[in-house]
Amino acid sequence: MKPAPFEYHRPASLAETFDLLDRYGDDGRILAGGQSLVPALNLRLATPRAVIDINRVPELDAIRVTPEGLVIGALVRQEALERSPLVREHAPLVAAAVPHVGHSAIRARGTIGGSLALADPAAELPACMVALGATIRAASRAGRRDVAAADFFRGIYTTALAPGEIVAEVVVPRAAPGWRWGFEELARRHGDFALAGLAAGVLAARGGPSESRAEVLGEIRLVFCGVGPRPVRARRAEAALTGQRADAAVLAAAGRALDGDLDPPGDVHGSPALRRHLARVLLSRVVGRLAGARS
Amino acid sequence: MRIGLTVNGRPVTREVEGRQNLVDFLRYDLGFTGSHIGCEHGVCGACTVRVDGTPIRGCLMLAAQADGCRVETIEGVAESGAIAALQRAFRAENALQCGFCTPGMLLTAQALLERNPDPDPVAIREALGGNYCRCTGYHAIVQAVLGAARGRPAKAPDAAPSDGAYIGRSVIRPQTARLVAGRGVYTDDVAVPRLLHAAFVRSPHAHARIARIDTGEAAALPGVVAVVTGREMAAHCEPWVGVLKNYAGMKSAPQYPLALDKAVWQGEPVVAVVAESRALAEDGCARVRVTWEPLPPVVDAEAALAPGATVIHPELGDNLVLETRIKSGDVDAAFKAADAVYRETFDTGRHTVVSLEPRVVLADYDPADETLTVHHSGQAPYMFHDILSRHLRIPEHRVRVINKDVGGSFGLKIHTYPDEIATCALAVMLGRAVKFLADRVESFQTDIHSRDHRVTAEVAAMRDGTIVGMRLDDLAPVGPFSMYPRSSVVESGQVLRTTPGPYRFRDYDARGRVVFQNKTPMSQYRAVGHPVAALVMEAMVDRVARELGLDPVEVRRRNLLTADMYPYTAPTGLFFEKLSHEESLDAVLDLAGYSALCAERDRLRARGVHRGLGLCVFIDLTVPGAQTYGTGGARISSQDGTTIRLEPTGKLTVISSVTEQGQGTDTILAQVAAATVGVPVDDVRVVTGDTLVTPYGGGTWGSRGAGIGGEATIQTGKALKENILKVAAVVLEVDALDLDVRGGQIVDARTGESRLPLSELGRVAYFRPDQLPKDFQSELTVTRHYVPRHQPLAYTNGVQLSYVEVDVDTGFVKLLGHWVAEDCGRIINPMLVDEQVRGGVAHGIGDALFEHCVYDEHGQLLTTTMMDYLVPMAAELPDIGVAHVETPTAYSEGGFKGAGEGGVAGAPGAVLNAVNDALSPFKARVTRVPMTPEVILRALGKL
Repeated sequence: MKPAPFEYHRPASLAETFDLLDRYGDDGRILAGGQSLVPALNLRLATPRAVIDINRVPELDAIRVTPEGLVIGALVRQEALERSPLVREHAPLVAAAVPHVGHSAIRARGTIGGSLALADPAAELPACMVALGATIRAASRAGRRDVAAADFFRGIYTTALAPGEIVAEVVVPRAAPGWRWGFEELARRHGDFALAGLAAGVLAARGGPSESRAEVLGEIRLVFCGVGPRPVRARRAEAALTGQRADAAVLAAAGRALDGDLDPPGDVHGSPALRRHLARVLLSRVVGRLAGARS
Repeated sequence: MRIGLTVNGRPVTREVEGRQNLVDFLRYDLGFTGSHIGCEHGVCGACTVRVDGTPIRGCLMLAAQADGCRVETIEGVAESGAIAALQRAFRAENALQCGFCTPGMLLTAQALLERNPDPDPVAIREALGGNYCRCTGYHAIVQAVLGAARGRPAKAPDAAPSDGAYIGRSVIRPQTARLVAGRGVYTDDVAVPRLLHAAFVRSPHAHARIARIDTGEAAALPGVVAVVTGREMAAHCEPWVGVLKNYAGMKSAPQYPLALDKAVWQGEPVVAVVAESRALAEDGCARVRVTWEPLPPVVDAEAALAPGATVIHPELGDNLVLETRIKSGDVDAAFKAADAVYRETFDTGRHTVVSLEPRVVLADYDPADETLTVHHSGQAPYMFHDILSRHLRIPEHRVRVINKDVGGSFGLKIHTYPDEIATCALAVMLGRAVKFLADRVESFQTDIHSRDHRVTAEVAAMRDGTIVGMRLDDLAPVGPFSMYPRSSVVESGQVLRTTPGPYRFRDYDARGRVVFQNKTPMSQYRAVGHPVAALVMEAMVDRVARELGLDPVEVRRRNLLTADMYPYTAPTGLFFEKLSHEESLDAVLDLAGYSALCAERDRLRARGVHRGLGLCVFIDLTVPGAQTYGTGGARISSQDGTTIRLEPTGKLTVISSVTEQGQGTDTILAQVAAATVGVPVDDVRVVTGDTLVTPYGGGTWGSRGAGIGGEATIQTGKALKENILKVAAVVLEVDALDLDVRGGQIVDARTGESRLPLSELGRVAYFRPDQLPKDFQSELTVTRHYVPRHQPLAYTNGVQLSYVEVDVDTGFVKLLGHWVAEDCGRIINPMLVDEQVRGGVAHGIGDALFEHCVYDEHGQLLTTTMMDYLVPMAAELPDIGVAHVETPTAYSEGGFKGAGEGGVAGAPGAVLNAVNDALSPFKARVTRVPMTPEVILRALGKL
């Protein structure tokens, strides 16, 4: 199947990009890595009047550390995230999650900005950004606007981006000391979108775990992908764990609490009940591992 | 827009359309046809090319985006020598069959080795995990990459044994040299002038009346050449009916290339649009307005037979295609006398073939010559030839069907697809060349599906595990038509007939009902019915063992047919000349180290790790003989022919009616010809797949290439050798009986001393006949045909063993190992048999765990992309060990039986039994495939 006709534009600057967005409005689609947009074009599921290829817009492809934290340009490819020592150091959660994104040929093109702007609820990076408390910096002719990741994802393929805005970069705050991060997902095949995924962080209340017991959890962040219309912060489960030792009974209680956090969809790959169950398993495994980890 | 880029080191400047993707640009604008198109949504990896050094999906990048980039394709890296080690290793390990995935696989492997020069198998499987191969099961690919990485010398080739005994040798396939260089010529690679492209408006409904079709806007679109409705096309094409007269009471309805008044499945072609490009044809389709009146869809098989059900073809009276009953012995008495009776219902999911190369047809009609030339991605060129001739009313001698390289087929490409017939009709109507390629969504909606069965089985057993009787009820919904010309009832028939296959009990009562429904038509796909039959039987055998507290191996030994029982006619009427169940069972247990695995399983189980072992004994129908096809009225040749021509320099050209889709048929024919005539195998060239050129015959399906084509080649080779010796005898003035042909030389039969090179014999025969006696005519081109007459089918057998670990929290299954002992009779090329088996196992594992055509209650197919229909990839599959037992058939000189399908037949049952073994501590049991996490967790009571 071949795409329906569209006009192809390749702006050389953000200003040109904004001109094109003004000109086409909803009929224009931003092309970054293209690993989701191009299949949709090929299948004629997306039939925009114009495709605006921002790959040649300069200064969107850097990873740098600034006083606000780790700043990742929208055009940074997933493969670059995977290999970046800065990402490994300052956002180990992202480093853990990225290898789960598709296959290497997909990550070679796919970008972080594209993944966030698309807001596929099963995608890994949006969940990571919510878990990390990242800020998504949108750019438009009017300037830059910061949106907390938690407020950015509104629903399936829906974000807080306003007309005329694109994702310019994402700011991951400097890692507070003591946090440990983990990402796991359950996908039918290597590289598939997950039936359920979990980006999690824990901060021990005091000290590390003893030889015999899991540590007391001071703070915890649980954000799931694949189990809702957007990344889902599991606040009830977090509450059930905070201040507790992550032993089997507490994990089980957190799993029950998780039911109140989730309202997963069903599709050909799994029913809501399956996704709910798998999310509980992930919670137990990831938190159990992080809380029991010898630091 | 205008783009400039470097392709394989050379600068290129071209005008491109914004919507054109990179792989289309490379293939169709620049002619780099080594990059293939398999899905167009980024899952299969066939279009992998390197852009600025990095492998990417060519279908997910626009050509315009490659402006200024450095692009490398398989052609470039092959010609530069950059992947020579990988190419050598792929060929030596036979890590490619049809070759369609190979360019993408090689480019991905190349990048892996650049970044990790010494990867382990896990890293290789992960790195190649985004490249789909339907043929190999990935085992050989992993081995090849390992070999290339470690600079391990390629396997010592068996190509030129000094004794000329090529039968039983792992000769490397000659044609793979082309395929690893991206030089395959698949149907979509064929270039013809003034080519037009067809696309189809398809029914969005499972069942709906066509009230009105408005083609005006489409026809007015620039670039659109024709818009044709079903009514218009019907004038040019006779409809077909997929019934066979040897199935009493069978019924189906006439099928047209384009639906006339109503559509009966979602995806049925309704209107054809022909345009200057595929993209334009699709633009035209988007402008055709069809007014639909939806009808109630018939989706569920039970509901289809219920009183008051909507009847899909009212003129047929009901939705029953065929009901079959097989009864043998006294089942009621057997059940009454039994110590125990077990009953279970199995559901096997609807699967489809997903050959990486989709269905493609390029039809070229020359009105001046009144000839239709069709390039076709097919398995059975003469069958297609006959159908085109009769249904398009073109005299047979004015049709030509050519199958060049075929990118996998597996039984998909032996059926009559309406869009393919429509394309050929369009070529005739327009007097032009027209191409149609089923894109991946169309493939899922219109390629045959298969294996959708609900089977209720009841087994009667004695306390010692002896099975004394069985009842079986099979319900098989097959879509709205029986496929033509092979029908859609064979699969259910095979389920009925092969289920008791390996076992001794004779009291058997089976009923099969085949029903119409509004889903994609189902028909025969690799190992027709066998995976279902073996799964049901073997799951029941394990059930008996478990319930009675017996060892599953021992229960099998107590029930299997034994070596002293042959020849044996089964209660279902099947005839077994000689099978090797006991030997094969021992061979697979030995190969796997079964008792150590049992001990490991038990040890880990105590620690909460849930592993299971599952056996599956199977029989496999191969080499369908003279009693098939024609007896039911199907004009399909069960006979094949081979021509061998001795060339003047002593080389052989072998021209055969069997066909090649990656199995290595060409190679085994070359081996047989070389061994029979007495020439080096490198001196043999094989030609197949052209109805203008080859002897009349069938093609390749039903594991018949070796058993029929191989035997025809033996007979031809013998006759040619006799003729060669007659010439030699005249030239050398000795008795022909004192001479032999060995190593391309006429030799003294007794001493082996060389008397005359074949090149000299050829020179004399062809260019100096004046030197031969006046009454002597040399005949150095010989044709012989062969059809098996002594048994209807050559049954083969084997045993599979699967070792799995079930994560009882998630329901995920990890395959730890898979082993097969198979007996395909006399083996021509062990490496090719291994790879047939491994590839088949991968299909069967797909059935067991992943693959499923899922429909909603309206008959809408929900799994229309490779993101939703899950085929197993490298990272999901285990290493697959293969052992051989050889029981040649005595009915042919070669003793060859078939090897193409046994791998599929036994795999789903083995994996099901292994999963159930793993689940046994929980008293949980699964009786449906695919065994998704959902199915397993439900069995465990966790959902």
